[in-house]
Amino acid sequence: MHTLIFDGSFPGLLTAVFEAYERRTGEATVSTNDTYQPGLLGESVTVTTVETKARRVWRGLSRTIDRQWLNNVYAAFLAEQPTGNQHLFALIRMIFDRGGETVNNYGNPHVLQVSSWARKVHRERHRMEAFVRFQQLADGLFYAAVKPDFNVLPLIAGHFKNRYADQRWMIYDSARAYGLYYDGAAVSEVQWSEIPPGHDHRPPEEVLAGNEQQFQQLWKAYFTHASIPARKNPKLQIRHVPKRYWPFLTEFTFD
Amino acid sequence: MIPRIQEKLSILADAAKYDVSCASSGGTRKNKSKGLGDSHQTGICHSYTEDGRCVSLLKILLTNHCIYDCAFCVSRRSNDIKRAAFTVQEVVNLTIGFYRRNYIEGLFLSSGIFKNADYTMERLLSIVKKLRTGERFNGYIHLKTIPGASDELIREAGLYADRMSINLEMPTEAGLKLLAPEKSHDDVKKPLQLVNSYLNAYAEERKLIRHVPTFVPAGQSTQMVVGATPESDRDIMYTADAFYRNYGLKRVYYSGYVPISGDNRLPVIGMQPPLLRENRLYQADWLMRFYGFEVSELVDDANPFLDMEVDPKLGWALRNLHVFPLDINTADYAMILRVPGIGVTSARKIVQARRFGRLRSDQLQKIGVAMNRARHFIISADRTPHQRMPTDMEIRQLIRASGKPAAAPQQLTLF
Repeated sequence: MHTLIFDGSFPGLLTAVFEAYERRTGEATVSTNDTYQPGLLGESVTVTTVETKARRVWRGLSRTIDRQWLNNVYAAFLAEQPTGNQHLFALIRMIFDRGGETVNNYGNPHVLQVSSWARKVHRERHRMEAFVRFQQLADGLFYAAVKPDFNVLPLIAGHFKNRYADQRWMIYDSARAYGLYYDGAAVSEVQWSEIPPGHDHRPPEEVLAGNEQQFQQLWKAYFTHASIPARKNPKLQIRHVPKRYWPFLTEFTFD
Repeated sequence: MIPRIQEKLSILADAAKYDVSCASSGGTRKNKSKGLGDSHQTGICHSYTEDGRCVSLLKILLTNHCIYDCAFCVSRRSNDIKRAAFTVQEVVNLTIGFYRRNYIEGLFLSSGIFKNADYTMERLLSIVKKLRTGERFNGYIHLKTIPGASDELIREAGLYADRMSINLEMPTEAGLKLLAPEKSHDDVKKPLQLVNSYLNAYAEERKLIRHVPTFVPAGQSTQMVVGATPESDRDIMYTADAFYRNYGLKRVYYSGYVPISGDNRLPVIGMQPPLLRENRLYQADWLMRFYGFEVSELVDDANPFLDMEVDPKLGWALRNLHVFPLDINTADYAMILRVPGIGVTSARKIVQARRFGRLRSDQLQKIGVAMNRARHFIISADRTPHQRMPTDMEIRQLIRASGKPAAAPQQLTLF
């Protein structure tokens, strides 16, 4: 059996699908450079990521399955699961071999796995749309740090770009050491080295805009008063806002 | 010293929090011209307070001064509390400042009635107008319609708001008369009707002409207080059903009464709010709106209150054991939807997936079916029918013993 080794990127995975058909590998497995361990049996092929091949596969997919499933495929990839690439690889080939209808076969393990990861990633994306807390810095930039369970920044860029079209902002993923920066016109990716020091999740006081702390105080006051003491239910609160998110949320940080 | 603005915010958030509507969904405003904000179709809950309720909007009163003396209301004029009022600019600044920091989806603005209805409605209108036109704000705005305000003010407000609402407060006219003799359900019905007719008229017009402004695109809602007066669940649900039908409401909210008054017409302070009952009403509401249940199937003269021990869907199934067991591989979608433990998403997936082969219970589990409930009511590829259907008591016991208590958590999780 063939093993296709790719670079771990999404276009790389799609290129592997392309190669599988071009080389008529029949059943095959995929592996990434950094995790591949040569086995005794079978042939291994190193796949070089080629943008045009990846695009052809993606276009083919978009003709066969609907938008929601296209999103599911990409989202499941962003879940960064050890067995994820293999399930995605198998699912995409199944879609090409048997037609787009096959994604409705919820009895199939690939369909089930991919849709369950996609669901988790979409939940995390939704959480990030909710839990980003910007702090305005003295130079006007609205800055936020997050630490999502999955690599969801690519999925939220559009949401924040549309919403905050008239302000410069940056969202930094402190687990994956990269961020999104919107300069008032377009969103680009930025690396840790480009982010001013001390901007982890609590930028030092001296770099904050003049009224930033006042807004944070007001927000905390509002948050406290919006609760009804007779209905106190901290368990439910934690279920909705698990504690790992608290350090990044203005209303949960106490001073 | 606490700045005055923070004190005002505290007072006016305290006064607004008994309004339970938190939805920020259904907005359609898009950020076209590099303004601020963009509505999210499904809404976003940005945080959760210690009571486990979601924070989606900045929910405040413009003022808690009020000319009315409704016994159930914390802002009633005879109540000895701190009073405050925001200026128009203060509300605008808070909304924009919070929104830019991604604290909120938008503004929920209500108010005590000061001077008169028109005077109050005018102030509310000037705030939403300033947000939309002055600040080019496209976030979500939920605005209270002030009963008794002039038609023209209400119509204009509807051009800027995403949702408007008026609370019924008590589920029946008799209940309302008992606690708020100055008010009646008619005061609520008239403006609901007015907004609904504008809403439909604008929608009709938009079919013909493209550039008709949006009018309350996220629709109207109302709220009923539960447990302050002696109405049954049956009364409450029939009222809700009628309001859904007659005024095209998007939502009816049920608010378990939190005792805040020493008035002897009301439950005493310190009594626990009826949270489980409130939860059951929401569950029944969902069954009516998304599962095709009629009110009469959930409550009737013999059972005017919902079962507190089991949720209303399981309750219905237990009263209708003759329709079970249901073969998941052949039954209609509408019937699958009625099986306890199967929700809308699972039901849809079952209908799609069974075309590829008969489904087994392990697959159902993975699809998302709560098998600890569903198993008593279904036949799947690997499960032949029971010799006989178990009885009501047997099923209750089995579900109770299966670990997950049949009684839902104290407060409903909506999403």
